[in-house]
Amino acid sequence: MVPLGHYLVVSGILFALGTAGVFLRRNVITVLLSIEIMLNAVNLSFIAFGRTLGTVDGQIIMFFVVTVAAAEAAVGLALVIALFRHRESLNPDLFTSLKW
Amino acid sequence: MTELLTFYLFAAVAIVASALVVIRPKPMHSVLLLIVSFAALAGLYIGLDAPFAAVIQLVIYAGAIMVLFVFVVMLLNAHREDEKLGASLKGPLRAGVLLGAVLVAELVWALTRFGGGRGSLFARGAGEGPGEASVAELGRVLFTDYALAFEATSILIIVAMVGAVVLAKREL
Repeated sequence: MVPLGHYLVVSGILFALGTAGVFLRRNVITVLLSIEIMLNAVNLSFIAFGRTLGTVDGQIIMFFVVTVAAAEAAVGLALVIALFRHRESLNPDLFTSLKW
Repeated sequence: MTELLTFYLFAAVAIVASALVVIRPKPMHSVLLLIVSFAALAGLYIGLDAPFAAVIQLVIYAGAIMVLFVFVVMLLNAHREDEKLGASLKGPLRAGVLLGAVLVAELVWALTRFGGGRGSLFARGAGEGPGEASVAELGRVLFTDYALAFEATSILIIVAMVGAVVLAKREL
């Protein structure tokens, strides 16, 4: 039987990879992908905890996280399209002014 | 033993694929590698006796959400990054790498320091709890205890849909 700690370490590594991606990459799409990695890391620990404690709550919260991720991806990608139209670039450093 | 081996296999695939998502310069490679990572996570969910979670991971995450990403990458024709990753490793952004390393160390420390006791929660096998949660049980809890959150989700989806349409309109 795989101990819970193993799952949590995997989850922690994935979350850290996502964080590093958000800080390192200069591409809005890759930053959104890194956020998805972080959400998935959290999902993994929710399900591992739910299984260990013998409740279904972990899976239900994972369901809600997936829903929020879908909404976030839709709005985020629409924002990316709108920004790309104005600047012809995906570099987040260029999007510094609130009005243009 | 087989269980442990499949766990290490799926965990390794998930971590390597996620690392490559962060490292690869082309967005399209990142998106496709993230699908690999999600598939490996679905394998981990199967190991955790959560078939429902594994299926929605594959169908909604790897299917629907990633198709949206692929679509946008193709639409914008953004097949390169403006700046090399090496260039962004200079200056204050190096703090990102440092932050990631510190976060890993901190999480591993926090998660393993309780592992001492034999009967502690963290040393307990994930899956030694009472029986596998059936999809029927999941549905019952979702539509009773979490009914309000479920309804709120539908409002969130509508808001996101309208927001996406408005934002992607030609004249903003």
